[in-house]
Amino acid sequence: MNNEKSENEGAMDVDHMAHLARMYLDPEQVAEFKNQLGEVLRYVEKLQELDLTGIEPTAHAIPVENVLRSDEVRPCLDHDAALDNAPSSFQGEFEVPSIID
Amino acid sequence: MGDLQAKTIHELADLLASGNCGAAEITSDVLAAVDARNDGLNAYIALDAEQALADARSADDARAKGDTRPFLGIPIAVKDVLNIKGQTCTCASAILKGYRSPYDATCIANLRRAGFHFVGRLNMDEFAMGGSTENSIYGPARNPRNSEYVTGGSSGGSAAAVAGEIAVAAIGSDTGGSIRQPASFCGCVGLKPTYGRVSRYGLVAFASSLDQVGPLTRDVIDAAILLEHLSGHDPMDSTSIDQPVPEFGADASTSLKGMRLGMPKEYFVDGMDPDVAKAVRDAVDVCAYLGAEIVDVSLPHTEYAIAVYYIIATAEASSNLARFDGVRYGSRISGDDPIELYGKTRLAGFGNEVKRRIILGTYVLSSGYYDAYYLRAQKVRTLLRRDFEGAFGRCDAIVAPVAPSAAFKIGEKVNNPLQMYLGDLLTVPANLAGIPGISVPCGLTGEGLPIGLQILGPDFGEQAILKVAHAYEQTNG
Repeated sequence: MNNEKSENEGAMDVDHMAHLARMYLDPEQVAEFKNQLGEVLRYVEKLQELDLTGIEPTAHAIPVENVLRSDEVRPCLDHDAALDNAPSSFQGEFEVPSIID
Repeated sequence: MGDLQAKTIHELADLLASGNCGAAEITSDVLAAVDARNDGLNAYIALDAEQALADARSADDARAKGDTRPFLGIPIAVKDVLNIKGQTCTCASAILKGYRSPYDATCIANLRRAGFHFVGRLNMDEFAMGGSTENSIYGPARNPRNSEYVTGGSSGGSAAAVAGEIAVAAIGSDTGGSIRQPASFCGCVGLKPTYGRVSRYGLVAFASSLDQVGPLTRDVIDAAILLEHLSGHDPMDSTSIDQPVPEFGADASTSLKGMRLGMPKEYFVDGMDPDVAKAVRDAVDVCAYLGAEIVDVSLPHTEYAIAVYYIIATAEASSNLARFDGVRYGSRISGDDPIELYGKTRLAGFGNEVKRRIILGTYVLSSGYYDAYYLRAQKVRTLLRRDFEGAFGRCDAIVAPVAPSAAFKIGEKVNNPLQMYLGDLLTVPANLAGIPGISVPCGLTGEGLPIGLQILGPDFGEQAILKVAHAYEQTNG
């Protein structure tokens, strides 16, 4: 699993990333992305120039405290409406291929 | 009457109030203009003619019965990234083909409450990923000034519809410049509000810490009107800010006396189109003539913004787009097991740019790389935000170009993602810092392509940037 760590900077194991993202890719796409994203990764290396000692990360630009609400039952999306867009449904549930034989 | 769609929201509000036109006439004019000119612009990707006419007639009936809401019966077009109940919402992606929104986005519901209704949905880069509206399953939108040129993006359909006068006004979304840059490329006004000003509930998420909904309009007053009616606290979006919504259109004065405008030297970059630099400097001179004091400011970490943006935005996108897996909605390619179903569905459903960003985002979040990329980018994001905090200690608003160049030719940059990304240099910092920004037309290049003046304000400083934009527009327009 950690084989990508030993690779050179700028070279990405695109196949492994596609696997992590649960997204198949055509072989030509893998080669193309490896090139293009290699170029992007070499560009973003410029962040290594900065001394970031003591700098806190920003996940969210505008400060907001934890937002809580009272734990009350409220109206939500109707069951049928939620299933309306499903590619396949069965007896009121989303249908997928079986996971366990 | 004819050509009512070429009027502004506030002009139409006056005509409606005085009884000089009806809502049905306005919507009919919009639909006729779309019919005549959309093929050349490829701005609309779905039209709701019947619903829009029915809504317009109801608006006329309500007005006849004494409903005095000023914007009752004014039709708006919406980027295909916002949920409008009962209508399709595809994000210009094959993976959402046929999807119908089961609810209204909060900002859409807010506009409805003010009396607006909706005529159709507008072209965009797939999932708002791109700066040219070329990454669309519907094909590229075309610049109203010259159809061989891009509209900019990702809200390119919105900008083309407004500048091309086939929509009264439009709604877009801005994650790294996706409202301001197409507004600049097409020659209309585009406003990105402060992060948290407009609810994101019902906006299909690209990068949740950066996305913000905003208006594209033909003048600054319309931008102020739509901002006011899009905004407001929403319990359905925990990042929505609980603040009263000011009356953004209230200050009509064109004097800028007492205002300080900062010019950041880092935004006048090497290699910038000289026509763009000159038009923006001339626009700043106009602001000075109107009484503003111009000061030099520095945003020293600007050169790192693209690197930070493309790490954070793709990381968030890779997580947000995990929901498109062919199970609950959207298209599906079947497989022998769920993993194969996901893999095939996502292979067939996403276009190249979306796939590229999912792969990059997965990489920067993956084990062993998180600290080097994602965490580091978040720390530099802190520095970018501090840059603005420092600058706004010295000025009320920042004036700068929107992009280093005007619109480029369709197809010119499609094979070079990094070059395309670098064009976002002057817009992404505002998203990373959360601050508001507006683009106002400020001239044309030698080739006749529009140029935009960008005005940035501090958190919740929309009134300041609208004031500067309005004063400039009134004097120069």
